[in-house]
Amino acid sequence: MQSSTPARRGRIYLQVAPLTIALVLFVVIPLIMIVTVSFFTFDFVIGAQPSFIFDNFVEVLTDNNTLNLYGATLKFAAIVWALTLFIGFWIAYFLAFHVRNLLIAIGLFLVCTVPFWTSNVIRMISWIPLLGKEGLINQALMGIGIVNEPVEWLLFSEFAVILCYVNLFTLFMIVPIFNSMARIDRSLVEAARDAGAGRLRIMTEVIVPLSKSGIALGSVFVVALTMGDFFVVKIMGGGRSANVVSAMFDDIGILNYPHAGAQAVVLLIVVTLIVTAIMRVVDVRKELAQAR
Amino acid sequence: MAGRTTHKKREWTFYVLAAFFVLFVIFLYGPMFSIYVLSFQGPNAGLTFPMQGFSLHWFAALFGQARTGDIGGAFGRSIPLAIIVLSLTVVISVSAGLAFRRRFLGSSPLFYIAVASLIVPGLVLSIGIGQGFTALGLRTAWWSSALGAHLSWTLPFGLLIMFAVLARFNPALEEAARDQGATNVQVLRYVVIPILLPGIIAVALFGFTLSYDEFPRSWVTAGTKNTLPLEIWTMVTNITSPALYALATVTTALSFIIIGVSLGAIAMIQRRRSGQVKRKPAGG
Repeated sequence: MQSSTPARRGRIYLQVAPLTIALVLFVVIPLIMIVTVSFFTFDFVIGAQPSFIFDNFVEVLTDNNTLNLYGATLKFAAIVWALTLFIGFWIAYFLAFHVRNLLIAIGLFLVCTVPFWTSNVIRMISWIPLLGKEGLINQALMGIGIVNEPVEWLLFSEFAVILCYVNLFTLFMIVPIFNSMARIDRSLVEAARDAGAGRLRIMTEVIVPLSKSGIALGSVFVVALTMGDFFVVKIMGGGRSANVVSAMFDDIGILNYPHAGAQAVVLLIVVTLIVTAIMRVVDVRKELAQAR
Repeated sequence: MAGRTTHKKREWTFYVLAAFFVLFVIFLYGPMFSIYVLSFQGPNAGLTFPMQGFSLHWFAALFGQARTGDIGGAFGRSIPLAIIVLSLTVVISVSAGLAFRRRFLGSSPLFYIAVASLIVPGLVLSIGIGQGFTALGLRTAWWSSALGAHLSWTLPFGLLIMFAVLARFNPALEEAARDQGATNVQVLRYVVIPILLPGIIAVALFGFTLSYDEFPRSWVTAGTKNTLPLEIWTMVTNITSPALYALATVTTALSFIIIGVSLGAIAMIQRRRSGQVKRKPAGG
């Protein structure tokens, strides 16, 4: 490695300047704005006014509804995390260890990732013609004779919300887990097999430990995305479900930014705590900036 | 990687997992394709199966002056916006990716801010950017505040892709070119960019599609004129006719074209390379 001359260092700072400016303008300052606004006063007639009061936080933290909102948010996050982890792990395992041809593995992997580049809102509404009272699934169920009347809880229910989350977010589990599995040295598996380890032991003592970083990274994504959602809860919940961000969305509807801000600050603290807890399991930075 | 030389008989677990994979792909794509099919129904159709006739009625209704809002205008804003976001994402991510090969003062905080931007709920950032514009007395618009909001989503992905791509890039190639007397611009133009091209196309794909489909970060920041995802959202909450599906079909068709062109270009470059020099494909 050559020494870092002042010219080289100057070039490096020039190279990161655009990123730094963009992130400061559109991430750091907005987060500071959220915190600032959360101390403002709000009046239905005049709107938000600069101030320094803690009322919004007191309101958020003492409201019984807040507890319900967090209960719903964390419940969705936990269920969706468990389901996406189960599905994502086995899909990634299949692609990394069972598909023998590398090109086919990459092709199938892309099949799993293509929906990521399409609209989440559209993928969400796609479930409506399937799950509705006169939807395809109810028609099929009644056709076979399993039920006599349409099943009502398929659409506009917690079931629909969870189904949609799993549909939207499982690929965030597959990608990082597949990534770490692809880097597992195949001779380790061979060695374990030669040493007499059965399928179960190879799984629990070789593959799972070596996929841990991918699992942690996928978990961070899925939990953060589920906790940050509002439109799936709004539409697929049919007005009967709510979570923290959908409550913020309602606040914005009446321009109550201070209350939404306080809600956001509390949520960010909770999300940060959960993410930090997951990151403790594994060095995510090393994982993301791999190979250095 | 997955390629094995020993061709033993498949274990039963292979068939179980293969079946699971097929079910997952149906689960992933089945609903999407059902609404594409339903968008081709006749004029008296509803929102669900069975198909009521076959026509292009709902596509025509979409761009006529029906009660469906300003669809043409929404496309006219979302596509330019996505192209601007794509361009900025490529330039900023490639440039920053090159710098991140070394540690520098502030590299860790910058990296963590980028990752934080992925984790912060989109609506929260949207509110923050909107309030920032309000505080400065600026009006929010798709080409200013929404552009920034979209960058907060695309840049972290661009940066992470560049990390993965640059991990396989040999800096000796750069040094060699420089030793031969190449200027910085020449090194970039003739060495770095051609080698990184597949990764750069991937960054462009993320930049375009993530902006084109972004809804939560546009909610507060798009100003008075809707971008496409906001227009779709309005229809989701107001309109109960297959026009909604027609809009979804048109929107996604464009996404699929962009995805196909990008992945095709990457595959072509990789194939040409492995034809020239016999070596492992670098992957994207």
